[in-house]
Amino acid sequence: MTAWLDKLNETFIQSGYLKMIPEGLLNTIIITAGALLIGVVIGTLIAVTKYLSEGVRVLRPIRAICNIYVTVIRGIPVVVQLLIFYFVIFASSDNGVFVATITFGINSGAYMAEIIRSGLNAVDAGQMEAGRSLGMSRLQTMRKIILPQAIRYIIPAVGNEFIALLKETSVAGYVAVMDLTRAGNLIRNNTFDAVNPLLVVALIYLVIVVALAKLMKFIERRLATGDKR
Amino acid sequence: MISVKNLQKKYKGVDALRGIDVEINRGDVVCVIGPSGSGKSTFLRCLNLLEVPSGGSIFFEGAELTGKKVDLDKHRQKMGMVFQQFNLFPHMTVMQNLTCAPMMLKKVPREQAEKKAMELLGRVGLSDRAGAYPAQLSGGQKQRVAIVRSLCMEPDVMLFDEPTSALDPEMVGEVLDVMKKLAAEGMTMVVVTHEMGFAREVANRVLFIDEGKIIEQGTPEQIFENPQSERLKSFLAKVL
Repeated sequence: MTAWLDKLNETFIQSGYLKMIPEGLLNTIIITAGALLIGVVIGTLIAVTKYLSEGVRVLRPIRAICNIYVTVIRGIPVVVQLLIFYFVIFASSDNGVFVATITFGINSGAYMAEIIRSGLNAVDAGQMEAGRSLGMSRLQTMRKIILPQAIRYIIPAVGNEFIALLKETSVAGYVAVMDLTRAGNLIRNNTFDAVNPLLVVALIYLVIVVALAKLMKFIERRLATGDKR
Repeated sequence: MISVKNLQKKYKGVDALRGIDVEINRGDVVCVIGPSGSGKSTFLRCLNLLEVPSGGSIFFEGAELTGKKVDLDKHRQKMGMVFQQFNLFPHMTVMQNLTCAPMMLKKVPREQAEKKAMELLGRVGLSDRAGAYPAQLSGGQKQRVAIVRSLCMEPDVMLFDEPTSALDPEMVGEVLDVMKKLAAEGMTMVVVTHEMGFAREVANRVLFIDEGKIIEQGTPEQIFENPQSERLKSFLAKVL
């Protein structure tokens, strides 16, 4: 036991590497939160566009663009996308956190689009007809009638996506971003202690994920009690 | 008020409507009867273009709804519609269901919209349910609220798509009573229904539709007492 404490002291304190853990964690949180925000915005735009353009001939090209986006993004590994964004599209920027946030956001948007679309489709078709028959436009009915009802179907799946996203950002180290994973890995590399840095990193991820899962459960329960149908 | 000319509707190659011509005048109460799958609901849903016709034209108060440059949303505000499944907005209270469209579309101030809604709710006997959510209402109450929701937009015509078909038998009467009152007040109504008693009592014209065509039309007396076509005779023999 004392031997292990000595080792911890040596690896994190005496080496002066401990501060890398909160630094890395902060970057992980920034990237995850930013990507989630971008993902929700892109996902909503695409899902609503696809929903409203169904059966409207003039909007077919826009639908096609949405479909291509979803297909391409979901068909390429996120690490490859990250490398492309960092070394090709944003080659002039060396702000890895920024590039990673954008990449994960655009990536997440494709998944969010599908989540939100299935939520919209879960709302009874009669709701759109009722809105339209009162004289509301498609967009007005979407905003006032369909989206508010779809949210209860969407929230749980978005929570899962949030958790998946947090873990996915662990590959940000590929483009020299010091996220939580890379922080642990750097300490391992510099102290020749493989066990403890990786253990700490793994524990931090686990604690955050469990906390997020608990939060989602809570929100789901709140939504369920608000359900007066 | 509504003039339908050679209305046609094809669903994936199947002819749901095969040329319907009809004139609906102000104050008319037109009941549409016919067997399941005859096209009577499709006909009704074409009137406010919830279904887009494949051919023919529909004129409403002089404007061609099937025309290219028509502001459909504007005209739909004048055509109330009541659905078989009620289609109330479940995330809103009864009051919000009633005031949502007038406030958004006609810019009626909240106070005025709520006053009007309360008055109409009172007339269908539901003043005490204004704060309830649709899930807390019985089927008959839901349908009465749905009727009031349309009335709050002050429509010139009301379209009813089998308004009592999804109701428990003991609740049919309360909805039909509301519709009778509406008819007595002079509302123009087009009602797709299986309630032959209602058609006979309230309608001033009855259309019998089968296989996408009007087979016979006339006053309730003509249709129910003195049917001409074999198809109408056999239909009536089954339902009466």
